[in-house]
Amino acid sequence: MLNTILLLLLSLFCCDETETKQNPELKKSIERGAIVYEDFCMQCHLPDGKGVPKAFPPLDNSDYLKNKRQESIKAIKYGMSGKITVNGEIYNAAMAPLGLTNEEVADVMNYITNSWSNKNTKIITVQEVSKIQP
Amino acid sequence: MISKLLYLIPFIFFSLNSCAQDKNPVNTNHDYEVVVPDLSIPWGFVFLPDKSMLINEKEGKMIHFKDGKKINIEGVPEIYNRGQGGLLDIALHPKYEENGWLYITYASSEGEGEGGHTALMRAKLKDNKLVEKQVLYKATPNTTKGQHFGSRIVFDNDGYLYFTIGERGERDVNPQDITRDGGKVYRLNDDGTIPSDNPFYNVPNAKKAIYTYGNRNPQGMALNPTTGEVWTHEHGPRGGDEINIVKKGANYGWPVISYGINYSGTKFTDKTAQEGMEQPLHYWVPSIAPSGMAFISSDKYPGWKGDLLVGSLKFEYVDKCVLKDGKVVKEERLLDGLGRVRTINEGPDGYIYVGIENLGIVKLLPKK
Repeated sequence: MLNTILLLLLSLFCCDETETKQNPELKKSIERGAIVYEDFCMQCHLPDGKGVPKAFPPLDNSDYLKNKRQESIKAIKYGMSGKITVNGEIYNAAMAPLGLTNEEVADVMNYITNSWSNKNTKIITVQEVSKIQP
Repeated sequence: MISKLLYLIPFIFFSLNSCAQDKNPVNTNHDYEVVVPDLSIPWGFVFLPDKSMLINEKEGKMIHFKDGKKINIEGVPEIYNRGQGGLLDIALHPKYEENGWLYITYASSEGEGEGGHTALMRAKLKDNKLVEKQVLYKATPNTTKGQHFGSRIVFDNDGYLYFTIGERGERDVNPQDITRDGGKVYRLNDDGTIPSDNPFYNVPNAKKAIYTYGNRNPQGMALNPTTGEVWTHEHGPRGGDEINIVKKGANYGWPVISYGINYSGTKFTDKTAQEGMEQPLHYWVPSIAPSGMAFISSDKYPGWKGDLLVGSLKFEYVDKCVLKDGKVVKEERLLDGLGRVRTINEGPDGYIYVGIENLGIVKLLPKK
């Protein structure tokens, strides 16, 4: 009984860390990205990545973030405005350009694509970010 | 052990599932029209004597909107465009028609060190260009943090200039320290000099321009037309947004006292009150993320004269606060769901104008 409860609790708090352990570069990038997230993103998208209905789209379990890697990088790099659809909901707000360096964009992308229930083993590199045009 | 863990489970699920909404009712007794279309983040705007408008876009553009046309103003200072920083508020000197001075706040990387901090500049407008530019205040030290630049500018009835600077993401360093910039309301003379009766003028090492401290991130400030007091509101973290009346030398308590908690849900203080620290006139839990503030002083909206308007970035409405005996006794949603409300002004015609992100500037109209 005790074991079951402990497992249940652990499964709530832990995500599968085997992938990041295998890729120390990704792990470090995610760690740096967590700080960027706290400074620039968390006020709106919230610590749990769930955002605010109608105003700020979710990042956790977001079909947009999952399927539109280029667009997501572009939004963080240059800001974004106009209508987007996330998980079937329409969001029509502006996210100002954040003024982040390419490294910070890559780090925070690695963080948000590997946080909460999200999982992405294909690391976003500075080189990939630098190629994205406005 | 088992019973303790079982006891925890409902709390864990509660904290995972709780989603804050506010319960303010929607007021439908009004209309609106878009008077300036196609703006991105209209952070601040003013009406010039000829009824045209000067609009600050956060990204660093100043727009002169006249006769339905937008003209980009040249000579805008270089903006440190990072996080919440950008081109921020704009205000006219009370005697603008005589002296032509306009005032702006913006994030600036001027000075030593990487990063930026809030600056206040005055300038004049000539041939669609800012001229005679003077930086009146530049907060230090620069930092690459993306949060909490403030900033709003207001003149009081005696001609003093008040402006706000947020605590720049240094909660435990800046707001309670009067020798450091950030987390403050400042008071200056119109030429940028510091009034000698400022509260900390004679305190060694203090930033003498400070008028109040213990603030977090005030993005709304307005002169109460009835009392002549300067009112502000400021963002709390998760919960604990506040309305305050600016009082000389007062400490508003951030982060020693607060009605908010960390974004993550953990607590940073158990105190909501302490001697020597001001209680807010009103606070919001959950946070509405307030930006922009104006009083209705005209008779254009029957029954609304004297009400206070506060923009909500988070829930996308204008919060109409009914005041009675110096307290907020009722709140209603205006322009509900139109977009993130950034700035609010009463125009020279007595109508309320609202800057809404990704939309433009909207004129609030009584219901026909």
